[in-house]
Amino acid sequence: MFEVRWHGRGGQGAKTASQFLAEAALEADKYIQAFPEYGPERAGAPIRTYTRIDDAPINVHSPVTNPEAVVVIDHTLLASIDVTEGLGEDGILVVNTADDPKIIRERLNFKKGTVATVDATKISLDTLGIPMPNMPMLGALAKVKPIVPMDSLIERIKHKFLKKIGEEKTNANIEGIKRAYEEIVVG
Amino acid sequence: MAKTASIPGTKTLPLMGDQAVAEAMRQIDPDVVAAYPITPQTEIVMTFAQFAADGKVDTEMIPVESEHSAMSACVGSAAAGARTMTATSANGLALMWEIVYIAASTRLPIVMPVVNRALSGPINIHCDHSDTMGARNSGWLQVYSENAQEAYENTILGMRIAEHKDILLPIMVCQDGFITSHAVEGVEIFPDEAVKKFVGEYKPVMPTLLNVDKPVTYGPLDLQDFYFEHKRQQSEAIKNSLAIIPEVIDEFNKTFNRKHDLVEEYKLDDADVAILVLSSTAGTTKVVVDELREKGLKVGLLKPCFFRPFPKDRIVSALSKVKAIAVLDRAEAFSGCGGPLYEEVKSVMYDAKVRPHLINYIFGLGGRDIFKEDIANVYKDLLDIAKTGKVKDQLNFIGVR
Repeated sequence: MFEVRWHGRGGQGAKTASQFLAEAALEADKYIQAFPEYGPERAGAPIRTYTRIDDAPINVHSPVTNPEAVVVIDHTLLASIDVTEGLGEDGILVVNTADDPKIIRERLNFKKGTVATVDATKISLDTLGIPMPNMPMLGALAKVKPIVPMDSLIERIKHKFLKKIGEEKTNANIEGIKRAYEEIVVG
Repeated sequence: MAKTASIPGTKTLPLMGDQAVAEAMRQIDPDVVAAYPITPQTEIVMTFAQFAADGKVDTEMIPVESEHSAMSACVGSAAAGARTMTATSANGLALMWEIVYIAASTRLPIVMPVVNRALSGPINIHCDHSDTMGARNSGWLQVYSENAQEAYENTILGMRIAEHKDILLPIMVCQDGFITSHAVEGVEIFPDEAVKKFVGEYKPVMPTLLNVDKPVTYGPLDLQDFYFEHKRQQSEAIKNSLAIIPEVIDEFNKTFNRKHDLVEEYKLDDADVAILVLSSTAGTTKVVVDELREKGLKVGLLKPCFFRPFPKDRIVSALSKVKAIAVLDRAEAFSGCGGPLYEEVKSVMYDAKVRPHLINYIFGLGGRDIFKEDIANVYKDLLDIAKTGKVKDQLNFIGVR
């Protein structure tokens, strides 16, 4: 079973991203679970959300404690939250930042697994015109952990967004995911 | 409930438990829904209200000003002969209290999804079973759901059970607040037509308020002369439902190719020890059972699906096979003797030929997380008891500081 934990701040779309990944996996005939850790709900507050993906039915109903991957949508959280908590030897950490993975490793004193960075905020500003880095982070994750193929992610975006926000914005989201997939730096 | 192939036309959609229940309500298309939103039930009412606004159902949606009014409107509409539903959680159920009893004693087949949440106080919006466990003596039927799929299917099943001519009792369809109500899972939604055919057109069994040819009164003063007889009838109805519900379940299983039952046994046949627990924690327990079985430990699970009626014989026969049992309660009964589930299991196990050791764990109050490790520790305690025959404490608490 693949388990990922998402760190973001209320309003940055961490919940949407965790659900979106699950929905795309469902379209690829996987079993899924996506749920946030509900605390005081307010914009800007740190939040965690989770996604589980498996080939077999998922019976467990408790929070993820040992994720295979952690995605940090807001790098300012690194200062206050132990984002590497529960990550194993092969753990994957993906951070939305302009910094090199080496700098993140040093900052967190994280010597294991994989650290990857991508400036998803800049990508979303370039493509959508607003700082909404959650969708690009899905593209970044797909590069380091191809649990859901890019094609499935793109299909899901079309399915979910086309009617709601129109072709132009849908394409901008797809562009954002593709750019993050290309621009991610692994170290 | 074991996973089986679904009937043709079934679609798997990414839905939260609340949305799955709203889908069932859309397919049932009840005559009346009177409801007031409350966390974590809100998404049921919100989603269904959208269906009503979009014309996807013919339901008369009554946005009431409180839960007391919601249940009052449901009583009125059900007595008038309308297929009636509502939904609530925690303090909403508490505010309905007076009318909850009236709905049951008036024998009105109302279906009420309840998204389990801790009752105040202190105020808390997260999952435990204090709300519906408090209503266990209200005369309503209660079915508990492990995941979004079961919440969806139990809503459809519940409608037929409540309306069965020999049952005529309201039913609470429970699921765990946030844990399943707000978790997205792949939910298999049966074809609309198959669900509509299964629930059928509602034909009230009793004369209704709107039948001018046969005028009747509902809920009149009922003093020393007849109140007792009516309560005796209620008692019979609950008792009889235990025999009738399996018939309805059987029809559901045949129609939708499912394996519902009053209780679910999981790897219990050759088990030395067992945990008995309701709802989502039963799912987590299954994973622990699988892991411990790989280590050669003979552990099992009994998940009561129905709590009202209490499936006495099934529980006794299932648990008589093991040496030690832990009942996990997500509610306190404040009797000083353990949680509500424990008290009832212990009571019926008095009739077992060989009485196994029985201990209680209170867990998860106010949404406190329960992890696989916690459940594995319970099995460890049980295996010790099975070996030594010694029980240290009958009443225990998991994950509390």
